[in-house]
Amino acid sequence: MSIASAPIRGLQEVARDPRSWWRRSKGSVELWANLIVLGWALVFMLWRGGGFAVTVGSVFAIWAVLAVSLNLVVGYTGLLSVGHIGFFGIGAYAMAVLTSSASYEQLRTEAIPTFGWPFFAALPISVVLAGLVALVVGIAFNRFRDDIYVLVSFGFAVIAFTTFLSWRNLTRGAFGIHQVARPAIGPVVFDGELEFLALLLVFLGLVVLISWLIVTSSFGRVLTAIREDEEAIEVFGYRTTHYKLAIWVISAMMAGLAGALLASWSTFIDPNSFVLLESVLLVSIVILGGLASIWGSLLGALAFVMLEEGMRFVPFLPSEFIGQIRQVILGILLVLLMLFRPQGLVGRFKL
Amino acid sequence: MSTEVDPRVYVLETRDVSKSFGAVKAIDQLSISILREWITCIVGPNGSGKSTLINLLSGLLPLDGGIVVVDNVGLRVVKAHDSPDHGITRTFQEVRLFDQISVWDNIMVVLTERRVFPALLERTKPNHKVEAERILKSVGMWEKRDAMAQDLSYGQRKLLEIGRAMAMDVQIYLFDEPFAGLFPRMLEQVKSILKDMREQERSIVFVSHNMDIVRELSDHLFVLDSGALLAAGEVEEVLGRSAVIDAYLGN
Repeated sequence: MSIASAPIRGLQEVARDPRSWWRRSKGSVELWANLIVLGWALVFMLWRGGGFAVTVGSVFAIWAVLAVSLNLVVGYTGLLSVGHIGFFGIGAYAMAVLTSSASYEQLRTEAIPTFGWPFFAALPISVVLAGLVALVVGIAFNRFRDDIYVLVSFGFAVIAFTTFLSWRNLTRGAFGIHQVARPAIGPVVFDGELEFLALLLVFLGLVVLISWLIVTSSFGRVLTAIREDEEAIEVFGYRTTHYKLAIWVISAMMAGLAGALLASWSTFIDPNSFVLLESVLLVSIVILGGLASIWGSLLGALAFVMLEEGMRFVPFLPSEFIGQIRQVILGILLVLLMLFRPQGLVGRFKL
Repeated sequence: MSTEVDPRVYVLETRDVSKSFGAVKAIDQLSISILREWITCIVGPNGSGKSTLINLLSGLLPLDGGIVVVDNVGLRVVKAHDSPDHGITRTFQEVRLFDQISVWDNIMVVLTERRVFPALLERTKPNHKVEAERILKSVGMWEKRDAMAQDLSYGQRKLLEIGRAMAMDVQIYLFDEPFAGLFPRMLEQVKSILKDMREQERSIVFVSHNMDIVRELSDHLFVLDSGALLAAGEVEEVLGRSAVIDAYLGN
């Protein structure tokens, strides 16, 4: 009796004083952030139709894998890395080099070895290679923390980009690699955009599941303690260097996966996709969505992709400025966020 | 007649331990012995090296010289992450909790698996839950378990930190000023926690400036001055010595 009447009484209160409802819901920024971003995405996709939704969905899935994986390092462990794009690039180039079947004109451009592997053979190599590089880099990085960590990870991003650009007899430098293979299971080739989106979402689901299992395990709890006070948790018997190295490698492997998916999805890659700026944007997505929140990273990635796609349809905006204006808006959003809501849209932790 | 055997057992000793910060000798060839199942108090004026000593014993600072003896094993290097294996845990002078996680997780995190790969596979275990609940109830923080540690009052933070040390379930507890800044009610609570721990055959070392509490709790007292041992022994006798009075009050 009383249980059934409770919501009715709630409604009556709202009817009597709508402002009380407004005041109460104004407090829950989380709810509004979810409603606005999801609503915006939904309305846009319905308006622009299926083809648009498939493309945007694919871009979103790749950014989301990256953001979720980076959040493990930045949000949960408190290591502010801006070098994540390097592992993304390693995964992408491993996929591209191993599966590309293009033959190039010898005179004008570099020739590179052709392997012509299938997608699913190259995928584990991409992931493991990113992990191995992360292991080596991580051992070197383990002595650093806080602002120094930002600097050394910055250095890694620059080195990675320069390598992609300059190792021309493997990556063709600025020319990029064409005809990266699309995935195929037996006779079924994921050639259509819709099929590829389905595959991307499966991988995104897998990454989200693994990340969730990690952050809800005892291991995940230790990561948050490392973020809060590394010296203190060490006194309680944890070798924090091992924990930091483990999550760094896991996160890099996920980024490598995202890179491999990108290479196959776009069938062409060049070093421009792996510049430092992309890495900074990625960190912005993670902070915008919310640190130490997997859902926050998904929401952040969606908001970021919709911001770009949304602006394509602002009538008075010349199309060549869209990229720059997106970054300006993202920058303003970040400044506002740090001022008024430092934990991000749905985050659990303040920088 | 049987020969008289020294019934006292040492759980922790330092031998000629030194630590300098630049030209300042914070600890100067200090040799002390901590008795098993006793409450030992370390007093001394500010800057006499009390906190430095605790940092050395828990591995937070590296030793410059000398050895630390635990369980009859002499150590030249004490690693922080090994200190629980030596049976040592501690609290900090400035409370150091894991601020942006819950009170519950602050206790749980010291109960769970230490090795990386088993920890990855470990979900919350029932026996850890039971233990965390027991600890939180014993320090009166059970109702606050879902709050973030940073939202607690100073006294509650102090109690939670002591609870976290209790959860470690080791032999030797180093408490760095556990009574500083507490209201009388919480003071009594911490006092009774320390007494209970002694009943449970634990060895306790604590630093304090409150002489009433030192007199009430201590079984043994060390007085440090400028990183060296000024006096040691039974509480009333040591506090009556003129050298100790001079160090505290000046001439």
